[in-house]
Amino acid sequence: MSDMEETGRTPELPEGSEVPAAPHRVIGTPPPSPRLLGRGDGGGEAADQAPGGGGVAVAEHAVEKLPTEPDYPEHAKNAEKIVVALFLLAFVAGCGFIAAYIGLGVHTVDKVFRSNLALGLSLSVTLLALGTGALIWVRHLMPDVELAEERHAMRSTDAERADFQEYFKEASGASQFVKRPMVRRSLMLATLPLAVAPLVLLRDLGPLPGTSLRHTVWSPGRRLLVYGTNQPITAAEFSAPGGMITIVPDGYSDDLDALAKAAVILIKFRPGELDIPTRTQGSTVVGTMNWAVDNIVAYSKICTHVGCPVALYEQTTHHILCPCHQSTFDASTGATVIFGPAPRPLPQLPLAVDGSGYLVAQSDFTQPVGPSFWERG
Amino acid sequence: MSDNFTVPKALSGTGGWLDDRFHGARGLRVFMRKVFPDHWSFMLGEIALWSFVILLLTGTFLALFFVPSSAAVVYHGSYVKLDGLTVSQAYQSTLNITFDVRAGLLMREIHHWAADLFMASLTIHMLRVFFTGAYRKPREVNWLIGIVLFTMGLLEGLFGYSLPDDQLSGAGLRIFEGVLQGIPIVGTYGAFFLFGGSFPGDSIIPRLYILHVFLIPGLILALITAHLFIMVHQKHTQMPAKGNTEKNVVGQPFFPYFMAKGGAWFFFIFAALVLLSTFAQINPIWLYGPYNPVQISSASQPDFYMGILEGSLRVMPAWEWSFLGHTISFSVLIPAAVPFGLILTGAAFWPFFEQWATGDRSWHNVNDRPRNAPIRTATGIAAVVFYGVLWAEGANDVLADFLQIPLYTVTWIARVLVFVGPAVAFIVTRRICIGLQRKDAELLEHGLETGIIRQLPNGEFIEVHRPVNEDERAVLEAKRVPALLPASGSEDENGVPAPASLGALGRARTIANRAFAETVVAETNGHGNGHGNGHGPADEHAAVGADSGHAELPGGGGSDGESTDS
Repeated sequence: MSDMEETGRTPELPEGSEVPAAPHRVIGTPPPSPRLLGRGDGGGEAADQAPGGGGVAVAEHAVEKLPTEPDYPEHAKNAEKIVVALFLLAFVAGCGFIAAYIGLGVHTVDKVFRSNLALGLSLSVTLLALGTGALIWVRHLMPDVELAEERHAMRSTDAERADFQEYFKEASGASQFVKRPMVRRSLMLATLPLAVAPLVLLRDLGPLPGTSLRHTVWSPGRRLLVYGTNQPITAAEFSAPGGMITIVPDGYSDDLDALAKAAVILIKFRPGELDIPTRTQGSTVVGTMNWAVDNIVAYSKICTHVGCPVALYEQTTHHILCPCHQSTFDASTGATVIFGPAPRPLPQLPLAVDGSGYLVAQSDFTQPVGPSFWERG
Repeated sequence: MSDNFTVPKALSGTGGWLDDRFHGARGLRVFMRKVFPDHWSFMLGEIALWSFVILLLTGTFLALFFVPSSAAVVYHGSYVKLDGLTVSQAYQSTLNITFDVRAGLLMREIHHWAADLFMASLTIHMLRVFFTGAYRKPREVNWLIGIVLFTMGLLEGLFGYSLPDDQLSGAGLRIFEGVLQGIPIVGTYGAFFLFGGSFPGDSIIPRLYILHVFLIPGLILALITAHLFIMVHQKHTQMPAKGNTEKNVVGQPFFPYFMAKGGAWFFFIFAALVLLSTFAQINPIWLYGPYNPVQISSASQPDFYMGILEGSLRVMPAWEWSFLGHTISFSVLIPAAVPFGLILTGAAFWPFFEQWATGDRSWHNVNDRPRNAPIRTATGIAAVVFYGVLWAEGANDVLADFLQIPLYTVTWIARVLVFVGPAVAFIVTRRICIGLQRKDAELLEHGLETGIIRQLPNGEFIEVHRPVNEDERAVLEAKRVPALLPASGSEDENGVPAPASLGALGRARTIANRAFAETVVAETNGHGNGHGNGHGPADEHAAVGADSGHAELPGGGGSDGESTDS
């Protein structure tokens, strides 16, 4: 009988009345009804669907008197004490909240957490006591009643509808709106620019994209700086195979707008591990072994999916993983996609070495970095 | 306490003064006695309402201190670990709210938890409305308002948690920008206009701020007001019970009962949010650090309500078209538009689809028990599974780590489950509903098993059943089954086929109608008192079929069936 709730004794059975008590409430069915007010004669017809048939003799708005005394006066006396105690507790805890605000300072992590604990505890006790008090009040002090109120069809009566139509026709006629089409049409024309104006007004929200998504700040000879220290780096300094570091362009290390496109990862391979086939798009080379220096290769750090930084690198497999949506790229073959939603390899930055031995860019990326866009092609 | 209680002069005087001017007594008299039905599931929408009130209160407090600016400043505040770092004013002021404004951290956390609770309760409230059929006539408009509210809530949450300009929210904005860029033709322009140029730029924080504190909350407030007014005007639905009819509403009056219960509920919800905020830290932006497009951390999950979008992006294979110098990135577009689009537009169209399939244009004030509408319930559960799979996939890295299975395996499981799961859920749910209907029919036919075994004179053992009582019977018999529409191509006695049943649409409608009309019918009207236990499979008292026990086609009856409905 796990699907039933035992709520009391079985009522008398019509037959087999020697049957002893058994669980008798079906799950999903209501408990015994409370005191019922305002329910008319026909109120018991549960199967009364069509809003025209069957009468429920209930006053439009029940005007029966609500009982003035609770159902169990003795019980209510206890409940009253509990409610008052809870409200007093709420008062005390509320005072505690104010005291904690005044008494407990902030400005260090420890103090902030201590203040948060005191404020949070006192406030939640206040609110809990208030809520519990109110609930006990309504459940145990107020007499339990149930009212039935009649529903009315939402539809207006036919007479009201006819009236409405009549008024509308009259008013429309009086306005001359229908009779004089030139007035009507010129009014519509007159409001047209105003309707378009808000769209026009939004034009200065931003510049047109132009070709800005096709370029980054990388340019021939621009040095690669190590992100964090902002120092240039030589091929010899980055000699430990398997490492990956983040690179920012010289002169733009604090420019977030520039970095959002120009951030680069630099990866060092053991001799023979790096094998980038030359790939072209039209006549443009977009990836080749020749852009690596001393088995060091540079790829855009901006994922070609939706632009998260591809920050995870697994040395043993040479996999670059984007933590946002798990697009995975094989660094040893030109950052080709091996899993996930990214549609194309990470663009490769052509590397060179300048006169002082520092790693520099040969040029900008030869294709747009980051996510796809309509004009990308 | 007693009957001769007199209203104090201050109250009655003021009331009289106001009534002289506003004629308020007439309406308020009625409103005080307005009946609100009681059911636990009716409190779900109330959670959303009270969460929104708490959001307004805490949000106003936060707005007094927050600086919506991307301007770079060097941080020298109380949180010494970030001392000397260049951060935005938005991030700095959020740190100041956390560490230098008393109760600032508490308010931030309540605000964030309340936003999560708002979306969670909204979701569950919508599920309740769906599964009980509470969206049916006359409440379709309120259902649509609810769907708009849900969408607004999503945007409001997304914009809100992007404001502090921390590492996690910045990553969210970056994804938002990437998705925006992927929209064909207008995407690039949209992104540049929203961000005022390249990502991230200086414009986005102040722009999101005004949307977050003014425009969207204003719209939400207006829609909630409309939602509540319509609810009060149309009167709340009620659950099937003895005495509950389509033409009445049974419950407790607003004053003092519903008012006291609603107030208590507000305090409980507020208390729960404060407890969460005290003991379950959320969005510790000082640990995430300021946003920098170069950095990211793994296990970057958005707030839960964005999880389905995140999961959709993760589950998608890399599909992209390039043609004539243009690119369409399906690996972005499909996840961004399709799953949520399917669920929300599906939800918006459902009431009208159901009306079309069932031909039922009567009003419904008594809710359905989910089992009594198997197609609806099965569709709803299928949608829940669809949502759930994508939602879980949004944390595939966390799942892979937790379950110790490869990341790609998790994604592949999700790729399969997102199609198979809803189909299986639909079939299983439908069967369960029919099974439960069988059980109901059996209760009506034979009554309840009492667990009492009796031996008959001939030696046979039987279990004594007792008949269901009136309250139970009212619930069990509250089932409403859609009428059977004329079969497609069938002709009336004059040989004229029903016009609505012709053509492909007509055939589709007939199929849908037969599915909706499937039901289990209790065969006996008797009061099944205590007869035998001999009903095995061979003695099937409950018949599944679309052939009997259907309601009459509504339309003729009452003031509701006329015109204007279609």
